[in-house]
Amino acid sequence: MRDAGFRCFQAAARLSAVLVPAFVFILLGYLLWRGLPVLGTKLLFAGVPPLDAVSGRVPVWDGLWPACAGTFRLVLLTVALALFPGVGCGLYLAGLATPRQKHVFGAAVDMLAGMPSIVMGLFGFMLILFLRRTFFPGANTGLLLAASCLALLVLPVLIVSTREAVESVPETLKLAAAALGMSRVQTLLRLCLPAAAPGISGGVVLAVGRAAEDTAVILFTGVVADAGLAAGLLDKFEALSFEIFYISAQYQDQEELLRGFGAAVFLLLVSCVLLLAARVLERAFHRRWQGKR
Amino acid sequence: MSGGGSARRWEAGRLALRLALFLSMTGIALLVLMVVAFALPVFSAGESGGPFSWVWAPAQGKFGILPMIAGSLILGTSALALGWPLAAALCCWLIAPPPSGRFSRLSRALVGELVRLMTAVPTVVYGFTAVFLLSPFIRSWLGGTGMSGLTAAVMLGVLILPTVVLVLQAGLGARLESVALSGAALGMDRMEVLWHVVLPRARDTLLASAILGFGRAVGDTMLPLMLAGNAPQLPASPLAALRTLTAHMALVTSNEAGSAAYDSLFMAGLILLTVNAVVSLCLRRLGGRS
Repeated sequence: MRDAGFRCFQAAARLSAVLVPAFVFILLGYLLWRGLPVLGTKLLFAGVPPLDAVSGRVPVWDGLWPACAGTFRLVLLTVALALFPGVGCGLYLAGLATPRQKHVFGAAVDMLAGMPSIVMGLFGFMLILFLRRTFFPGANTGLLLAASCLALLVLPVLIVSTREAVESVPETLKLAAAALGMSRVQTLLRLCLPAAAPGISGGVVLAVGRAAEDTAVILFTGVVADAGLAAGLLDKFEALSFEIFYISAQYQDQEELLRGFGAAVFLLLVSCVLLLAARVLERAFHRRWQGKR
Repeated sequence: MSGGGSARRWEAGRLALRLALFLSMTGIALLVLMVVAFALPVFSAGESGGPFSWVWAPAQGKFGILPMIAGSLILGTSALALGWPLAAALCCWLIAPPPSGRFSRLSRALVGELVRLMTAVPTVVYGFTAVFLLSPFIRSWLGGTGMSGLTAAVMLGVLILPTVVLVLQAGLGARLESVALSGAALGMDRMEVLWHVVLPRARDTLLASAILGFGRAVGDTMLPLMLAGNAPQLPASPLAALRTLTAHMALVTSNEAGSAAYDSLFMAGLILLTVNAVVSLCLRRLGGRS
């Protein structure tokens, strides 16, 4: 039984189990080693009193605050735009769609899910070119456009997680609802939606994470390095992920470089916390309906 | 009366769901239409120095993106060559623990968590770290500038690793569970069952994970942009700089303005869209069969 191929395979499996964690630990360990010491209010506000900075009375030039605020607004706007279409579409596909609809629309959603994010960015860029040539010669990239493109990016995340959550609500509950004379829409909105809420919110948290980390989309749709706090929906904005990219290419001095490390650690921590939150929600959902796993 | 009112309310609910579906599908259709509509005129233009030539020199009116297509293919394949075997081996290690041992169970749980956590690491953070750690390392040990195809390929390999591991785990894990007991009755441990029984019949799953990994590697923007050096040329060695389609798109929008440069941008977008559509089609085929 124990031939040479098998022994190689076993050795490779063990080797990979050492190699991969070691590589990841070295990478992230180095990042944390350089970045953790600079984390603090000074990194965010650069000496400006936090209250003045948050309320926008005093502009922050050397801190991460404008970038953080930009990312926060961007994510908020993205979720606001994507929530209704995403969750609604997921509900429809899980409860009302015919098998044929499921097949066709499911394929479209799958395609969107695997689409490189830069294509969404290009879409936003083309949209602006199109608007300039037709209705609005003054159209320009900005917060709203970036959020719309990001909404398209996170749409499949919302659709798929909603659909899966609704489909894993126990069949017996749905049957009981049907026996009580509830229509399919009623069952879907009154029973499945509340029952699947933890699963759906897990999807929302995942979507927030994707929107916060993405750089390629906003690169095309109006992110700049020195916008300050964006005033309106059509203005240019700063974002954390872009700040990291920008510093890695253009840093002038050691202080700015350290700010980059701080920003990278900060974004990494935010992403990890979001992922963990999504998993906690998902696990609570499964425990509720399918017993302990 | 109230019955009629509530019926109307549920009709509104149905309409709202329809509207949500309509909005989502319109978004997808608009995306595809827009990219195709902007790229099609480029085909019919067809003068020399257009997108389908080998030289990118905007100052001389040459806008070829063939080097970038080659760059994307080279980088996608080499990232797959580096990341996929490692991911497959790691997945096998994860799902086939030896029958006993608290340490082995604990270490597998920890590594499994680590892999899941890796899915959350933003690509720009990977890129930033590699610029200051991996790239100087490659420069001092292997030579070159450090900004090379190799650097980007290593990081892309790391990027696709968790995706591949999770897909394989979902596919192989279930099959292993279903035959592990029979295997144990024959005196095989889980690793042996995996190697002799499960893997030879799991070609579709292995292929699907590889296709998915390739799609992600080709579609990523930030790692090639930050690490591959971005010279629009055919790389002579792994240590030479190269430029991918995605990085090219990002560079064109930030540096060049003008219709011919934009033409190459739209073309690159269409190519990425097509590659991705083919990838997801293949995945659906493979998923439908198993």
